[in-house]
Amino acid sequence: MTRKPRIGVVTFPGSLDDRDALRAVTSMGGEGVPLWHAEHELHGVEAVILPGGFSYGDYLRTGAIARFANVMDEIRMFADSGGPVVGICNGFQILCEAGMLPGALIRNRGLRFVCKIATIRVETSLSPLTEGLVAGEVLAVPVKHGEGQFVAEGRALQRIEDEGLVAFRYCAPDGMLDDDQNPNGATNAIAGVRNERGNVVGLMPHPEHAVDPDVGPTGGQPLIASLLSFALARV
Amino acid sequence: MRFRAQVVVSLKDGLLDPQGKAVEGSLPALGWTNVSDVRIGRYVELDVEAIDQDAAVSQVQAMAERLLSNPVIETFRIVEVSELVGLGSEDRS
Repeated sequence: MTRKPRIGVVTFPGSLDDRDALRAVTSMGGEGVPLWHAEHELHGVEAVILPGGFSYGDYLRTGAIARFANVMDEIRMFADSGGPVVGICNGFQILCEAGMLPGALIRNRGLRFVCKIATIRVETSLSPLTEGLVAGEVLAVPVKHGEGQFVAEGRALQRIEDEGLVAFRYCAPDGMLDDDQNPNGATNAIAGVRNERGNVVGLMPHPEHAVDPDVGPTGGQPLIASLLSFALARV
Repeated sequence: MRFRAQVVVSLKDGLLDPQGKAVEGSLPALGWTNVSDVRIGRYVELDVEAIDQDAAVSQVQAMAERLLSNPVIETFRIVEVSELVGLGSEDRS
């Protein structure tokens, strides 16, 4: 990589995984740029990550208050102009609340917070996280959430499936769908979705926690690498 | 004029309600075996200053659509919007 892509990571009040996201971006060869929720400013970044955590205490609904933060106006414009935007966990919930991704995330089927290594299957190459990957590829990435059950109403769900907007599904290590491997009861085992244009993607699993072989699986590496090259290619 | 509004937000029919299911599963253990379709929603009460009842209702409607509910998965019902008479602005009882 000749030049380091600048990847912005937003900190909201209650964000937890912003540091890990910045660290993952840096360790994979990008330049992590901290962004602040209260600013109308993206500091010229080439991609944006909305990190995990519990923005605004997740009061009312997860992501419901964060979507009205100042920085979200800029992120919406950035996405409208084709800029890559990635939402991880709470960031995914925020993008759904903001209407930038279809569907919603509700309480886990088992009502319990889940914290484990999940295996997920890539379903499309048309997203900033999966551009360099092949559909069917299986990655080990941690999940840790209480409200990660992806839901959409009948027609909306049909559209998500028909238009190939599913980005990731929970699966067994061999790539087969298995309800026992679905940590939260997500509809159709959906772990992540993208928008129609293919520049906004959200997922419950945490690629930013899975880049360092010293501390666990490295299924996040190809995803972050894809984001970096997606961001560079756009410039 | 000051109005008090009551809004109930609930999950749309057809979406699984994990909390409702858990409560439904617990009731038979307490002896109530004739209960089904438990759904859990959210109750929001708020006061709003408005020039009249219509203005208050339409504002509550807008707030419920924009923030109090997520139209992707929830519906809401405005239970009541009623004028608070004889209460100082500090009172809320």
